[in-house]
Amino acid sequence: MSEVRYYQTGTFASGNRLLADEAASAQADPGRANAITKGHRACQGCGEALGARYALDAALAAAGGRVIAANATGCLEVFSTPFPESSWRLPWIHSLFANAPAVATGIAAALRAQGRTDIRVVGQGGDGGTVDIGLACLSGMFERGDDVLYLCYDNEAYMNTGVQRSAATPPAARTATTEPLPGHPGNAFGQGKNLPLIAMAHEIPYVATATVAELRDLERKVERAMELHGPRYIHVLVPCPLGWGSEPRETIEVARLAKETGLFPVFEAEGGEVTGVSPIRRLRPVEDYLRRQRRYAHLFADGTGAETIARLQRTADRNIERFGLLDGEHGSQRRPLLEVLAEADRGPQ
Amino acid sequence: MAVASQLEGSLAVARTVARCRPQVICAYPITPQTHIVEALSRIVASGELAPCEFVNVESEFAAMSVAIGASATGARAYTATASQGLLYMAEALFNASGLGLPIVMTVANRAIGAPINIWNDHSDAMALRDCGWVQLYATSNQEAADMHVQAFRLAERCSLPVMVCMDGFVLTHAVEPVELPEQEPVDAYLPPFRPRQVLDPEDPVTMGALVGPEAYTEVRYLAHAKQGEALDEIPVLATDFAARFGRASGGLIETYRCEGADTVIVALGSVFGTLQELVDERRAQGARLGALAIKSFRPFPVGELRAALSSTRGVIVLERAFSVGVGGIVTGDVRAALAGVDVDTATVIAGLGGRAITRSSLHAMLDRHEQGALQPVHFLDLDIDLVERELARHRDGERGGPHAENILRELGIVAAGPV
Amino acid sequence: MFEVRFHGRGGQGAVTAAELLALAAFDEGLQAQAFPSFGSERMGAPVAAFCRIDETPIRRREPVAAPDAVVIQDPTLLHHVEVFGGLAAEGYVLINTSRSVRELGLGELLERHTHNRVLTLPAGELARARLGRPIPNAALLGALVALTGLVSLSSLERAIRERFSGSAGEANVLAARDAQLLASTRLVRGGLGVGGGG
Repeated sequence: MSEVRYYQTGTFASGNRLLADEAASAQADPGRANAITKGHRACQGCGEALGARYALDAALAAAGGRVIAANATGCLEVFSTPFPESSWRLPWIHSLFANAPAVATGIAAALRAQGRTDIRVVGQGGDGGTVDIGLACLSGMFERGDDVLYLCYDNEAYMNTGVQRSAATPPAARTATTEPLPGHPGNAFGQGKNLPLIAMAHEIPYVATATVAELRDLERKVERAMELHGPRYIHVLVPCPLGWGSEPRETIEVARLAKETGLFPVFEAEGGEVTGVSPIRRLRPVEDYLRRQRRYAHLFADGTGAETIARLQRTADRNIERFGLLDGEHGSQRRPLLEVLAEADRGPQ
Repeated sequence: MAVASQLEGSLAVARTVARCRPQVICAYPITPQTHIVEALSRIVASGELAPCEFVNVESEFAAMSVAIGASATGARAYTATASQGLLYMAEALFNASGLGLPIVMTVANRAIGAPINIWNDHSDAMALRDCGWVQLYATSNQEAADMHVQAFRLAERCSLPVMVCMDGFVLTHAVEPVELPEQEPVDAYLPPFRPRQVLDPEDPVTMGALVGPEAYTEVRYLAHAKQGEALDEIPVLATDFAARFGRASGGLIETYRCEGADTVIVALGSVFGTLQELVDERRAQGARLGALAIKSFRPFPVGELRAALSSTRGVIVLERAFSVGVGGIVTGDVRAALAGVDVDTATVIAGLGGRAITRSSLHAMLDRHEQGALQPVHFLDLDIDLVERELARHRDGERGGPHAENILRELGIVAAGPV
Repeated sequence: MFEVRFHGRGGQGAVTAAELLALAAFDEGLQAQAFPSFGSERMGAPVAAFCRIDETPIRRREPVAAPDAVVIQDPTLLHHVEVFGGLAAEGYVLINTSRSVRELGLGELLERHTHNRVLTLPAGELARARLGRPIPNAALLGALVALTGLVSLSSLERAIRERFSGSAGEANVLAARDAQLLASTRLVRGGLGVGGGG
């Protein structure tokens, strides 16, 4: 009898009839919340629309349908609420660009004062609204211990305004404000903020990263977060076909490549310590990921991109070592995080 | 029967706000509002005000954002700020009024930098006069306390946020008699908050959607219409307040000896007390002077002002802020209200950055006015020679040095060299 | 209306002094207003505080420019700040010092002023004896009571106890009483001529 290999072990495709109901995706449930329903104006292949749907339906399932969401300005907010229509089927407020975490804090405070803490609060925004302009409010929410789950949908630039660079834009990527020109290889190296690590530095109850390539994993992380109280943060990589210059039908694959190259580590942390890692199944060189996106096309135009690609490979290699992405090990075998961060501070060697 | 206490203004406001039963108080400290939020933090921590969540936020922008989230969830929300803090939350102020959230906020009026200045004037609230919030100006600590009670009811009735302005230091840090409204009559006057729309899983709504050119004008006009309703509602609330609490507080305007006045000084805030003494002194000398306090600046009481000022010959608008490059701010609104009426208006800008507005300076100004020698825009107690020397230092592209230091050196406040 | 201006440095309780006086007057059924003129919270910076007392409601909001009484909590201010600005010849002067008016270099002041309205008194020392710290405000208020009769000593004591609870309140009350007694004695003896004046 031939051995059947289940490639996606651990990722349970929607509707797998061999699965126990509890293990199945929320999307497999005909009674799912459908928090963001059809008819919104997202681009074909939008990673954010996909990630938001899975994350919020999982949150609603975990909370018995009782969730209020605060959303920052950005693609998600704009494409989901073209007046007079709305895609949202849960109570939802959009206030400003920089204040989604603070608005979520206010909602949680009101619910506490009203004695309705069975209703859970979600704050969400893109990388721009979270990592840059929203960081002060996010840090305040973390620091105070407010009972909010914050979801960052990271497409690595200000997409809604036309693809400008944010502090989440990776090195060498082309954006409208980091055009590859002689002497400028796209976005600079040595910049940027690692929000998951910043969240961990606040020692909040739960921090996780996820991608839309492993949707059941994303759901599971939301479910885990919803078991806890206090500030929780999930950072979801969501490819943007328009901004990344990738094929709309390849969104999930591109997200998978980000993980399988080691460029985007997928892990969980509680109280500031990594508690679990989603291992790379089949290691790929960074080139495989970069070639799929026109935002990196300049690295392949002539021979001059080789050095940059090598630098990116070193970044990926460091991530693999730092988080134990290949052996999936963490804890005693893993180098102490502080040591790894100190080395990162010293920059590429 | 209620009993008066000798209280600091900030404390009177804090205790009164507590009696309005806010459910979420979020505040960031800034001089001169600190005593208000400190007192409220103690009141909440002691359990005297419950249920109430006191949230220590990381900025004024966060303060207003937390208030937005709380109010949208159906909780009565309150915050306080001043000056730079009010500006820092500017975006959120527009957002709150655009969303129709009935947040109440105390603004302890303070000047805006640069140069940094912690003392009283109206630049802060004036800078945000168009943000869609109702703006009320208290003339005394009693009125400041009372206005908060009225403000919550007004806000929730009209679905509009309300800022109660009280002069920083001059009122916030003044100890004077205040009758604190008691809990029972406040509860009778101010019923529990019933939001018009609210974030509730039982009945989900989407708040804050994008609105394009096809509908934006109408949505924005609604804010204007609501302020029109507030214009009608404010006197009703004030009358009800007077009936229940036994004193006149708030309303749209207050006049002092304007009957038969040749000249009326129009002003906002605590200077009204000084103006009343001034009026008595001038009247005793035979002049026919009156004073008028605008209590509600937004919405602007066009009708009331017209009625009060139509038969006077001259109006002097005394302002504690100005519009750089043109002159008065309130003056513009007063003139619009008096359109078609044959009245001279002059602007006197006074009390900037906490400079005292004294009766002696006002007397001198009125003497000039009577002689017809007052400029259309007059800066009270301005040392114009000092200004001109400083301007001369900076002419011809020479490096004149920082303005503030140069002027302070001239005034002898900063040492000219090593001490 | 009676207007008092207090001059001190940050941390000496000048602002509290004005408030206590207002509270005492209020307790007697009078109208009172007290407010400070000061800047950032900084120890040692010159501070002025004002108190107005009247039978009818007080409406004016400007600083006290023409005081009926001036209380100087810190004599180092004497030649730095215009502490006597606007004071009439019949106005009251109360200075916290163990020196005499002449020793302070204020001889000219005496020429112009009604003698039994100018009083010096070591309020800091009296305070130290009762409180353990030389915060002179309560003592100065006790002396002000003796000097002006503006409010009664018992009203002042009541105000002090309202503002300071427990042993702090009692200690301040004793300092005020000591000062009132000492001031009365000096005034009986002709004010400046003996015992701390001259």
